[in-house]
Amino acid sequence: MRFGLDEDREALRSTARDLLAELCPPAAVRASWTQEPDPAAWRALADAGALAVLVPESEGGLGLDETYLVGVVEEAGRAALPHPLTATALVAAPLGIVDTTATTDLGASGAIVPAATYAEAFLLRSDDGLRLYEADELEIEPVETVDASRRCARVSPLAPGELVTDDAAAVVAAFERGVLGTAAELLGLSHRMLELTVDYAAQRHQFGKPIGSFQAVKHHLANARIQIEFAGPAVLYAAYAMAHGLADSGRAVSQSKWLAGNAAAVTGRAALQCHGAIGYTTEHDLHLYLKRSWALARSWGGADFHADRVAASIGL
Amino acid sequence: MDLNWSETQAAMRRELRHWLERNLAEWRAEIGVELSGDTREGFAQQLLWERRLYEAGWSAVAWPEAYGGRDGTLWDWLIFEEEYWRSGAPQRVTQNGIQILAPSIFEHGTEDQKDLLLPRIAAAEDLWCQGWSEPNAGSDLAGVSSRARRVSGGWVLDGQKTWTTRGAFCTHLFGLFRSDPESERHRGLTYLLVPLDLDGIVVRGFGRLDGDEGFAEVFFAEAFLPDDAVGTSVVLGEVDRGWSVAVSAASTERGLLRSPGRYQATVAGLLDLWAERGGAAAMRRRIAAAWMLVDAYRLQTLQTVTTLLDGGDIGSEASLAKVWWSELDIELHEIALDLLGADAELEGPWSKGHQFSLAGPIYAGTNEVQRNIVAERVLGLPR
Ligand SMILES: Cc1cc2nc3c(=O)[nH]c(=O)nc-3n(C[C@H](O)[C@H](O)[C@H](O)COP(=O)(O)OP(=O)(O)OC[C@H]3O[C@@H](n4cnc5c(N)ncnc54)[C@H](O)[C@@H]3O)c2cc1C
Repeated sequence: MRFGLDEDREALRSTARDLLAELCPPAAVRASWTQEPDPAAWRALADAGALAVLVPESEGGLGLDETYLVGVVEEAGRAALPHPLTATALVAAPLGIVDTTATTDLGASGAIVPAATYAEAFLLRSDDGLRLYEADELEIEPVETVDASRRCARVSPLAPGELVTDDAAAVVAAFERGVLGTAAELLGLSHRMLELTVDYAAQRHQFGKPIGSFQAVKHHLANARIQIEFAGPAVLYAAYAMAHGLADSGRAVSQSKWLAGNAAAVTGRAALQCHGAIGYTTEHDLHLYLKRSWALARSWGGADFHADRVAASIGL
Repeated sequence: MDLNWSETQAAMRRELRHWLERNLAEWRAEIGVELSGDTREGFAQQLLWERRLYEAGWSAVAWPEAYGGRDGTLWDWLIFEEEYWRSGAPQRVTQNGIQILAPSIFEHGTEDQKDLLLPRIAAAEDLWCQGWSEPNAGSDLAGVSSRARRVSGGWVLDGQKTWTTRGAFCTHLFGLFRSDPESERHRGLTYLLVPLDLDGIVVRGFGRLDGDEGFAEVFFAEAFLPDDAVGTSVVLGEVDRGWSVAVSAASTERGLLRSPGRYQATVAGLLDLWAERGGAAAMRRRIAAAWMLVDAYRLQTLQTVTTLLDGGDIGSEASLAKVWWSELDIELHEIALDLLGADAELEGPWSKGHQFSLAGPIYAGTNEVQRNIVAERVLGLPR
């Protein structure tokens, strides 16, 4: 029995963290509100093998499992990376869709697909399973979303595409991988929002003191920290359960999404409140992370959806 | 990352499950109607139970065998807790000795203190209560004013402790006393081990929220405490330096006092209640949510134990868990009362458990204080 990331896994995570800190700073996230995201961070992740963690070594991947990837995805969340890491590395790659920037509608209702304005491969749900399309096989109609860096569009097939799987279990597994990645991103976003706020609370002075010395501010941030503390192990466990094909992996994934969504909601509210008006402007960076967390909390199934899945699995 | 229990661990779990089943049945046959351990008669019943646990080597699984334990690891302790609460066994009336005093003895005690005191704690021969709080020292424990005056061959104690859990039924008290009369705040306090049958000590039990005599106040009036009143030195750690010993106990209490096993058992009870009574979709989700909070605590504890076994330290992080388990416990019991509807007002395990859950955010350091600790020591916010 040993619960925690060992050195190899930590190394992969910290590689991702370092390169994202350099190549996906807030300015890069902000820039992708108005233009296609700078591919530098995405390329660097690809070079580090992060997009192919789940791809067998014989096919040029790292041949590792979800417990390695989940930390990387969390780091992408922390950086609010605009690129579709969850879709590409967690959902598409295990289905054999590699060496491409993939996105998917599995996580959304009404076929709103993120990264749709620049993705190369589209994995869409069809009556018979999952189908793969290239951009020119689709009608892609960009939509305005609250987090514009997601670059969402409604997509509809113009051609039959290619059948990837018609196995219902594989469709569920693909969905669950997307849920897991989204939970990990939410966890990373929560960490980031909390860090931003702790820093700000130490700098900003009112009544002659740092606002972080006021107990009301402390308690908001302590609440956020507590939610994050208990979401983290659940996300890691979900990755482990998937990696080992455990019987409760579907439940674990839903649980991780529910907890991470909760952590992001509590942290986001606390972060905004403790920033005051400076947090309530698009000129400040907080909104980049806050809006991403709102989008992800309700993608790939919201809180009620996942609570219902857990309920069914524990005999309620 | 490896979440498999070893064959030895699995075997211990099976053995324990079997033992609990058989011995609970025997103990219940022996005592007749099982009473609350926060009453005098119920406490006596539970002592019989504690002795059974001890004789079979289950009372303190993670302690060395030499002290009455089972040479187990923290993993064994977690397994023990899961099985223990799952079986429906009673609360541990030895808890303050085993889980709060003993870790401080392991850390700060002399060899003599370990050899003499620990086996008596495991065997439920000495029954310890904690004497921190006083009428004017609650959250602000450094405000302790009970005094210990040094005299030849011992100490003279004066003052009052209060909110002492099961103090009226215990044999001994551990706590902080002001030994340096010139001192202030957390300096000049000594951690003393005090038999409650000394002349000059009066213990008065009184009702907690549920009416049981689970609280006591302890009055000290010129009580002479001989240096070897517990068979060995009555000072734990150094004279005038008791604060740091007490702090280590506080962190243990918060971090590991309430294992996930307890809440796993409570949530299992909720699932049974749901099966009997049913409810609306919103209630079903609320139960699922509570189940997830419990399971998140279980997983976080696996992480914490891994950290501890790697030589890490939980320190202030224990406050994160304290807030989590205490608030979680209230939610679990409120769900139960809502499922019971009008029957919730009947005296019974759920109504009693509900009242006890409400104490969780108060004892072991209030949750307001825990949030201050999280903010200042975990997040590093300015004081
Ligand atoms: C069931 C139960 C069992 C107990 N058992 C024992 C025992 O065995 N031995 C023992 O010594 N004690 C015991 N206690 C006492 C417990 O340790 C104290 O209740 C606790 O430390 C709080 O102290 P207080 O009750 O004096 O409340 P106070 O300290 O007076 O607090 C009252 C309120 O003010 C808030 N407050 C105080 N200071 C701050 C601050 N700095 N910031 C924000 N809010 C603050 C508190 O959070 C609380 O809400 C027990 C209590 C209970 C309920």
